[in-house]
Amino acid sequence: MPEVNGRWIADMKAPRTPANEEDPKERAKDFRPVDKGFTEEMAVAEAARCMRCKKPLCVEGCPVNINIPAFIEKIYEHKFGEGLDIIHEQSMLPAICGRVCPQETQCEGRCVRGKKGEPVAIGQLERFLGDQPELASKPKMAPKNGKKVAVVGCGPSGITCAGELARNGFDVTVFEAFFTGGGVLVYGIPEFRLPKAVVKREIDGLKELGVKFQFNSVVGRITNAEELFAEGYDAMYIATGAGLPKMLKIPGENLPNVFFANEYLTRVNLMKANKFPEYDTPTKHAKNVVVFGGGNVAMDSVRTALRLGAETVTLCYRRTEAEMPARRAEVEHAKAEGVIIHELASPVEFIAGDDGAVSAVKVQNMKLGEPDASGRRRPIPIEGSVDVLPCDLGVSAIGTNANPIAKLIGPEKINKWGYIEADEKTGQTSDPRIWAGGDIVTGAATVILAMGAGKAAAADMTAKLAPVKE
Amino acid sequence: MYKILQKTQFSEKVFEFRIEAPQMAKHAHAGQFLMVRANETGERVPFTFADWNPEEGWVEFIFMVVGKTTMMLSHYEAGDYLEDVTGPLGQPTQMSGNRIAVIGGGVGLAIAFPVARQLVSTGHEVHAIMGARTKDLLLLEDQFRSILDDDHVHITTDDGSYGEKGVVTAPLERLLQAKAVDEVFCVGPVPMMKFSALTAQKYNTPITASLNPIMVDGTGMCGCCRVEVGGQTKFACVDGPDFDATQVNWNDLRARQAAYRTEEGQAVKAYEEANCACQK
Repeated sequence: MPEVNGRWIADMKAPRTPANEEDPKERAKDFRPVDKGFTEEMAVAEAARCMRCKKPLCVEGCPVNINIPAFIEKIYEHKFGEGLDIIHEQSMLPAICGRVCPQETQCEGRCVRGKKGEPVAIGQLERFLGDQPELASKPKMAPKNGKKVAVVGCGPSGITCAGELARNGFDVTVFEAFFTGGGVLVYGIPEFRLPKAVVKREIDGLKELGVKFQFNSVVGRITNAEELFAEGYDAMYIATGAGLPKMLKIPGENLPNVFFANEYLTRVNLMKANKFPEYDTPTKHAKNVVVFGGGNVAMDSVRTALRLGAETVTLCYRRTEAEMPARRAEVEHAKAEGVIIHELASPVEFIAGDDGAVSAVKVQNMKLGEPDASGRRRPIPIEGSVDVLPCDLGVSAIGTNANPIAKLIGPEKINKWGYIEADEKTGQTSDPRIWAGGDIVTGAATVILAMGAGKAAAADMTAKLAPVKE
Repeated sequence: MYKILQKTQFSEKVFEFRIEAPQMAKHAHAGQFLMVRANETGERVPFTFADWNPEEGWVEFIFMVVGKTTMMLSHYEAGDYLEDVTGPLGQPTQMSGNRIAVIGGGVGLAIAFPVARQLVSTGHEVHAIMGARTKDLLLLEDQFRSILDDDHVHITTDDGSYGEKGVVTAPLERLLQAKAVDEVFCVGPVPMMKFSALTAQKYNTPITASLNPIMVDGTGMCGCCRVEVGGQTKFACVDGPDFDATQVNWNDLRARQAAYRTEEGQAVKAYEEANCACQK
């Protein structure tokens, strides 16, 4: 037993509890969730592996410093509601972050158990609690303070900010460009990785807190900061996400059946093109799909292609698998499902077939050189080494730039790349009535960072506009 | 939900909806568009504003039945609701000339009219060149005539059933030759815009085209609507939809517009079959 004479001794013999996954070949046939999550037995067994470090490095590794050993202890004690309350002090979205955080470079990457073996499955444990939201204590609601805030964008950052503000007594309205809330969580991340019901639960939770929603509303076009302030809003939080896809800037990029990942994923995730013609939005079902990129969006794209029936799906990355920025689990999942990883290759041209659509892609083979500014080894073209891959559907997943609509929202200062300048700690912009956070400030980053920015901005707004009396 | 206040039928396949959308009406400009998702299973389709009224709180768009969505929309009546309407989107049309030829082809006339009206109301001299395949498909003639003198309205039909037999480039060339216009705006099918651009270029006259690629989100996020302009990739939804017509890669645009033709056919077939089943 882990507890000896009242002292905690972790279960050092137990191997890390493997994820509760569907069979790779079966699951790749449809959009069912890949990872079913820990059962109670699995969660408690995994919780016994935590060493309850006095100076827990996992907490330092967490971008929002969740008290990880404390919630794991509650899992071991079967006090799941209390565990969830501990997470909620720092993060309102454990069901989501447990699924999409890159744990191996954050909490689990710092876990002491990982030095000589396998780290505690912190992400799985977080998700285990997050998936039982009914066990959490009812949030404390501050009395209404009479202040109105407009939150622009209903992605992870906006959702978090809106929730915090509502609990602090603000009258909050969220403006969302699409017809439904969730942002990248619904248009970008596929059902098999993040079920839409999980996102809906968060949005419904906000509605219960009294948050109002205006869907189909592109702020900067249908209204703007000045107009909202004139209508009586006291402050604004801008969290519109990064948006605009980055171009490969190669010939043939605009051929039919060459997609940016955002379009390829949005057609399926948001518009349900996998159910065409029951749903009206179509997509392309190709034989040989080639996706360029090494991040989570690239992984989501290759795995979506498999589920749409592709015969071969190739992931082309200009560095090697070791340098891929994607979550480790996603790379492993993609490989297990049959994706071919083609390392050290960069696209140079999409080639049209007889029908005018893409039929092949020419790639430049690369080798690794010295590390660059990102610390990863720089890919260098091998002169004269070029391959042509069959490709009747290409997807570019190499990142995003700032969406130009951001600069139409208000007078806040924008940097030369089109991102909003905001205070690193508070999120306040050059206009004292406007805060901003998430990808429209940092460029494409993680859900947890976007969430953290929303939380920090809400705290700062609260302190400046209507301090909550303890 | 967005209420259809009024439905007008212009011809067998061309309809206009007036939609209740007070906030949108306040911010709409000529050349901008809205995105419609008719129902829960619908796709997002862009339509350029045909008219709007901030006092009365409505916007209008005109559509021609070409695929499943527009076929379905044509069965909606005043009093029905559209699930989602998003807008205004895109950059407003901006013209710098004083004497402007506004060319509209087919359903493009619905977009050309508000541009012409805006230009007239801001003191420009406007020549409208209205093109259609045949007389029945010629839209908004009365509206154009209500804001322009008769000698400023030029009508062509492909089959000669009304106006001048031929295409819009003939009157355009005459106006350019006579130096009657110093700038051109065009909207319509790709070949019409392409040849209008070539004609204007011949006379060194600037020409703007309003493009109509397929869109999914309409806010710059997905990149579906990209077009090559002056050798650079642009997004019609946020950089456009208006571009220098002499710089547009028309072949690319046409290929991308046609990319889902097979699927569109499937959708129409499925819809027609389902509708027949309902009626039995």
